Amino acid sequence: MQIKSPEFKQNARIALQDANLQRALGNLKAGFPQKRAAAVARLPEFDQLRDEARDLKNHILEHLDLYLEEFEKNVVANGGTVHWCRTAEDARKKILEICKDQDAKTVTKGKSMVTEEIDLNDYLEKNGVTPVETDLGEYILQLRKDHPSHIIAPAIHLNIEDVADAFHEHHKRPKSNDPAHLMREAREMLRKHFVAADVGITGANFLVAETGSTIICTNEGNGDLTQTLPKTHIVVSSIEKLVPTLEDMTLFLRLLARSATGQEFTVYNTLSSGPRRPGDQDGPENFHVVLVDNGRSDMVGSEFQEMLRCIRCSACMNHCPVYGAVGGHSYGWVYPGPMGSVLTPQMVGIENAGLLPNASTFCGKCEEVCPVRIPLPKLMRHWRDKEYEKHLSPTSVRSGLALWSFFATRPKLYRLFASVGNRFLRFKAGKKGRTSKLPLASAWTDHRDMPAPSGKTFMQQWKEQNR
Amino acid sequence: MASPRSRVGLFVTCLADMFRPEVAFASVKLLEMAGFDVEVPERQTCCGQPAFNSGARHDSAAIARQTIEAFDGFEYVVGPSGSCIGMLHHYPELFAEGDPWHQRALDLKSRAFEITSFLAQHLDMDKLSSSFKGKVTYHDSCSGLRELGVKRQPRELLSKIPGVQICEMEESETCCGFGGTFCVKYPDISNRMVGNKSENIRATGADTLLAGDLGCLLNMAGKLKREGIDIQARHVVEILADMASTPAIGEAEKRS
Ligand code: SF4
Repeated sequence: MQIKSPEFKQNARIALQDANLQRALGNLKAGFPQKRAAAVARLPEFDQLRDEARDLKNHILEHLDLYLEEFEKNVVANGGTVHWCRTAEDARKKILEICKDQDAKTVTKGKSMVTEEIDLNDYLEKNGVTPVETDLGEYILQLRKDHPSHIIAPAIHLNIEDVADAFHEHHKRPKSNDPAHLMREAREMLRKHFVAADVGITGANFLVAETGSTIICTNEGNGDLTQTLPKTHIVVSSIEKLVPTLEDMTLFLRLLARSATGQEFTVYNTLSSGPRRPGDQDGPENFHVVLVDNGRSDMVGSEFQEMLRCIRCSACMNHCPVYGAVGGHSYGWVYPGPMGSVLTPQMVGIENAGLLPNASTFCGKCEEVCPVRIPLPKLMRHWRDKEYEKHLSPTSVRSGLALWSFFATRPKLYRLFASVGNRFLRFKAGKKGRTSKLPLASAWTDHRDMPAPSGKTFMQQWKEQNR
Repeated sequence: MASPRSRVGLFVTCLADMFRPEVAFASVKLLEMAGFDVEVPERQTCCGQPAFNSGARHDSAAIARQTIEAFDGFEYVVGPSGSCIGMLHHYPELFAEGDPWHQRALDLKSRAFEITSFLAQHLDMDKLSSSFKGKVTYHDSCSGLRELGVKRQPRELLSKIPGVQICEMEESETCCGFGGTFCVKYPDISNRMVGNKSENIRATGADTLLAGDLGCLLNMAGKLKREGIDIQARHVVEILADMASTPAIGEAEKRS
């Protein structure tokens, strides 16, 4: 996927003026946060579970290699295969290779952000394999040649009319704006794909080391058909999704559903533990797990390690006032919102994504709601440190800061500087107490007035009072 | 209550120094009312947040060292801003463990308090008397709220003033879009956020907007003024110290 993060500011400006997008984002703002709050209120031990989840994730990350080996051993014992892929490229190739081995023409796909990360669909298509998204949101996006703008509600940037238009254009059926009707129509269209697919590809919400199982949590049930009907099931997952035991997994399931949609539990929680065994009623004949690293093992042991606790619940973006204003596409790559502002620079380089970790007021709402207590503002600040170290921040910012720091570390000069500034602002404001235009401060005064100081600086007045 | 005549060092904050001296004077008055000796160390300037949040760690560490030295020896360090006091609490992150400055930063952190939470703990609230009368709405500034747990303290203090009627706004805990340099680096997004905020403020029907941080107040007051919304903005200590007879933020004259 093309990286559009360097255009974040332009993207944001356009998004802010896009009335349809703003309407769609309004629904998000009213929906998820309230549902989450209600779900949390119904579970008094929620915060305690968050602490447990944080500690457990930290433990897992300390012993990631051991758990990964245990996971592989158990997948193999169940009759499956694990493929280790260091880069996105490795993962794409491996998946294509498995598809080619099966002479696959079409593959059905459950919702998976990591396949977005490795840009799988384009690659498969270019190599003669047709991917069909089966999650309703992803299906709509595929018809529109669009990308997810949210990690669990991929088509959140669309309104019902957009969906109706896309269906009408591609399905050649009479147009309808009725959600239930559209859902039925999508089901009908997808049914033949479910049956015809040679390979089913899903993501994984968690990987369970002790049993070699993978699990997907969905509300549509599409993932179940994707992974049980075709002959071959490929699970694509990043390495940090690992949990030691099934019981550990349930801790995360409780947190995930509540943090994401405010449900007590996701509707379908489907475990896959290898290919069909003799006597099984259904299931695939071949079971592959493609484990994607793509920069993650570099994060282990770094200042960004805590980001690997992420369970992709989306609470941080649902509650983020910046995401809520500009939507997910503005961020210009796969992962939007606060979690994306930490992950994207890691994956595409801080030189491409520096605007993202800067696009935060550090209001701290994301950290407040994160079920695994990731200190997202602190991690974004770490990226700003790196940017500054590498001299990537704009020269105007650097020289402004240098000048300001020069004064701030010389209290006497600083007083002088402050009193001059103070007098200037009061002079500009005249008798009005504020000014609507200020040289070099149009970013402020384009949108709001600048209140003037109410008198001399405090330090001057304090001195004059001889205290 | 305060032990006899403990010394408090007032962290003025650069914005109060520059824009709103009343806020620092009101803080002094309230701290004295609570029984403290208040001093204003000369060597303080700014808490260093602009550098810290822009990745300039070297500069922020230099400012941190200066602030730590300026407030050496005070039993408490109190400031009228959750954001700046929150920054003082970040100082230990700037020094490696084992560096003597790390210990000194931890020590400063243990003595540094945001003013409303400090007063809620140390002031005999029945001593508060203010002639202020009006409907107020309170914006919870992010750093104070989430880093220092400032939420009930200003409301508790305000509840002791008979003329104050609090009308809570929708989303009082949502960021106003100031964010230090954020508001000039991302003006369009900041504008949307402060626009939402001013709408929520207006909808309360309050005549006064209060908060505990001047950054947010300058942002919100500037927006309210630009939109022609007739609501006065003040720092909460101005009300608590009965010093609301001066013009409100961004206004020239006191209105009756
Ligand atoms: S960072 Fe936290 S809140 Fe955001 S998606 Fe990950 S787990 Fe959820």
